[in-house]
Amino acid sequence: MRFINIFKKESPAETERRRSNRSIAYVAAFFSVLFFVLIAYIVEYTYYEAPEDINNTYNPRQDIYAKRVVRGCIFSRDGDILAKTDTDDQGNEKREYPYGPLFAHVVGFSTHGKTGVESSANIRLLTSNKFVTERMVNILEGEKNKGDCVITTLDLDMQKAAYEALGSYRGAIVATDIKSGEILCMVSKPDFDPNYIADNWEAINSDPNSSVLLNRATQGLYPPGSTFKIVTMLEYLKEHGEEIDSYSFDCNGSFSYEDNKISCYHGISHGKVDITASFAKSCNSSFANISTSLTREDFRKTCEDLLFNEDLPLPFTYKKSYVPINKDSDTSELMQVSIGQGKTQITPIHMNMITCAIANEGTLMRPYVIDRIVNADGKQVKKFRVKEYGKLLDEKYCTILRELMTKVVEEGTASRLKDTVGYKAAGKTGSAEYSSNKVMSHAWFTGYAPLEDPQVAVTVIAEEAGSGGEIAVPMARKVFDAWAKEK
Amino acid sequence: MELIIAETVKYILTALMILYSFQSFLVFRHKEEEETRAICRGQTVVMVLIQFLSFMVLYLEERDIQIIVYYLVSQTTILAVIIFYSIVYRNSSRLLVNNMCLLLTISFIMLTRLSYYRAIRQVLVAIASLIITSTIPYILMKFSDIRRYYYFFAIFGIVMFLLVLFFSVAVNGSKLNVNIFGVTFQPSEFVKLTFVISMAGFLAKSHKLKDVVITGLIALAHVMLLVLAKDLGSALIFFVVYIVLIYVATGRFNYVLAGSAAGLMAAIAGYKLFSHVRVRVAAFTDPFGTIDNAGYQIAQSLFAIGTGGFFGMGIGQGAPKKIPVVVSDFIFSAIAEEMGVIFAICIILVCLSCFIMFMNISIKFKDSFYKLVGVGIAVIYIFQVFLTIGGVTKFIPLTGVTLPLISYGGNSIMVTLIMFAIIQGLYVNRKKS
Repeated sequence: MRFINIFKKESPAETERRRSNRSIAYVAAFFSVLFFVLIAYIVEYTYYEAPEDINNTYNPRQDIYAKRVVRGCIFSRDGDILAKTDTDDQGNEKREYPYGPLFAHVVGFSTHGKTGVESSANIRLLTSNKFVTERMVNILEGEKNKGDCVITTLDLDMQKAAYEALGSYRGAIVATDIKSGEILCMVSKPDFDPNYIADNWEAINSDPNSSVLLNRATQGLYPPGSTFKIVTMLEYLKEHGEEIDSYSFDCNGSFSYEDNKISCYHGISHGKVDITASFAKSCNSSFANISTSLTREDFRKTCEDLLFNEDLPLPFTYKKSYVPINKDSDTSELMQVSIGQGKTQITPIHMNMITCAIANEGTLMRPYVIDRIVNADGKQVKKFRVKEYGKLLDEKYCTILRELMTKVVEEGTASRLKDTVGYKAAGKTGSAEYSSNKVMSHAWFTGYAPLEDPQVAVTVIAEEAGSGGEIAVPMARKVFDAWAKEK
Repeated sequence: MELIIAETVKYILTALMILYSFQSFLVFRHKEEEETRAICRGQTVVMVLIQFLSFMVLYLEERDIQIIVYYLVSQTTILAVIIFYSIVYRNSSRLLVNNMCLLLTISFIMLTRLSYYRAIRQVLVAIASLIITSTIPYILMKFSDIRRYYYFFAIFGIVMFLLVLFFSVAVNGSKLNVNIFGVTFQPSEFVKLTFVISMAGFLAKSHKLKDVVITGLIALAHVMLLVLAKDLGSALIFFVVYIVLIYVATGRFNYVLAGSAAGLMAAIAGYKLFSHVRVRVAAFTDPFGTIDNAGYQIAQSLFAIGTGGFFGMGIGQGAPKKIPVVVSDFIFSAIAEEMGVIFAICIILVCLSCFIMFMNISIKFKDSFYKLVGVGIAVIYIFQVFLTIGGVTKFIPLTGVTLPLISYGGNSIMVTLIMFAIIQGLYVNRKKS
């Protein structure tokens, strides 16, 4: 055949037809490849992304799941049951929370709307990953399947310690594992008993001032007070790092500049202070003095690097923190911000994240509560991996800030954390004024332990409680103690 | 009890659908007519089973006698079409007849589930279209010189689009429909056909640079008028078909590159100029972040697909009515939700099988007019499938086109059936000559 072809000249029409057909084959191949990519994408989406996407409060299909599956359990990191569903003889289901109000906000409830882990893992709890044949048998027998269970990162003993430490104050306590971002405990008060949420719904919501349902740890916005001096100090280190050893300020209880006046807590005079003493004793006047040497744009940039005015990498509902500083801010605002007053607002979880980053060479791990999903028989379905968010600040500043925070415990306002057994802690206190009434303040503490190779960060806020050193530090100590006992 | 049956049937349906789509590719491997026929007979049996089981579930859930009536009518229609083509057009492609019927079957099942009223309208339009289009292979045999009227077809298309632009009322921001005596008429569907015939007529005669420019201007007029009517999905389809036809006619890949470059620039310009394009792109990049407005449709679609998973919730067990415009643009998501992602992927494979068959038939033609008509129809069909399925699964931004033969809509179904009939006609006549 080939032999003949050489001599028999192809007609132009035939050449053209062959060319056309080659083009057609290419077009067919192109679309076939396109569709195989589309199919691969759909499979990938259904397998990997959909299970996350469908767990959204806008997905109206969650009730359909509940008809087929008995809601799974929620466990602490050590296997204590935090939520379970009991079915009685008549087939009525009841969601039970064995620890009552202890985990009210972080675990949440599913009986009257959904909150907390009950909301964020809703579809997971209503999905059964038991063995296929077993599921089929159950369906054929008209039995409901048992839903998957969620194992959280929460530690029962630390939660109890935090809950008792906060006592009858309103506020929040949160503790996280610095290396992984695991949330070890999260308490918010005032609280409620999720077992009776449906019955007490009206009573809980009738008082507009209490906002009992609000998880203050993630959604409560507070003036940071002196804890914000960590941020001001970071900016000072960036701009005037070489001058810190020579810094000196004579505190007489207040500082005035261009008609603006900042006073120290309860008007105390700190006398002659260097940079370490300014931080350890939390001298407002000295920090107001420092603030006048800061560049507004750079200050704002540093705040944004620490995720103020930005979205936080959190897998649950939260409020954004806010710093008003910008290039047009007047001196009054700058001085107010430098001591964490004025319009500055932060959530306890965000304060905790900043503390974690400082204690972890600047790297923030994404905080999370859900560690893994197992089926009703305890076989692992999915393990959530530890994820790094990124660097919030440079390592060299972390070292200095950690030294300063250590001095706060050793020589400063957090002295009630001295003489701890089995670990040494560091941190920063705050007594944030929240109204024109300057007598009362919110008590803050945020810190970490141990000093070398930090493992755990604890943040405390007690509303209208007094000074951070007197109120918040002992609370944090109880949580650190509970952590140290388990170590 | 209904849940148990729906649950069991969904696995059987998935298995049947896998078998069917496997058969629809197996056909290409066999050259022997007898073997092909045997495979296609097997397909018909699978198809009847799928329809029977699905309607059984629908009846048990609804307990409405109308569903049985509907089943009998639609099942008879499907079988009548298969028998008609095998007797009257003995040389027709059985694979295409089967695929067409299967896609209609799925449409009937899903529409009965979603909206009984629309299901009835759909089957009536389908029956009427099937009767009308059954004569197309015969007509093509008799009138082979429609190619001469390419100028007429080009002008026809442009006039139609002008009429839409001036006389139609915008629905969801796009001008698509014209009402004539109470019948909603969607010219862009029909102009797809006249456009392909016109382009094929031009290019079959001659495809020198001059002709490429003239056809390019005609194509540009069509595309621009569609853009003005804000029907971007259709505009994209016309554009792609034109590029492919030029490429097949001239064999020059440079035209594809130039066309793609022009298309890319037009896309960027469109993004800059039209706010509704930006909204679509925003919804595509972050549907859950924009769920309160732009992202709502696509997010609901993804919920449906994701919640259904690989095997689906079972017919009647999901919540597909929560998806906006589910009967037309988003029917694929409803199918994925209730019949499963595997079933839905098999539908994609069946569509691809139709496309490959179209292209196969086009390759075998000696006459370049028929070749180009075949390729044009094939590309219109498959690209539309790609736009709609890619859109609802968030593979590409949403363009708002229907899934041929499955989505609800008389114009769409009629034009798609005409396309299938034209290909059959070409195939039958080639075999005869």
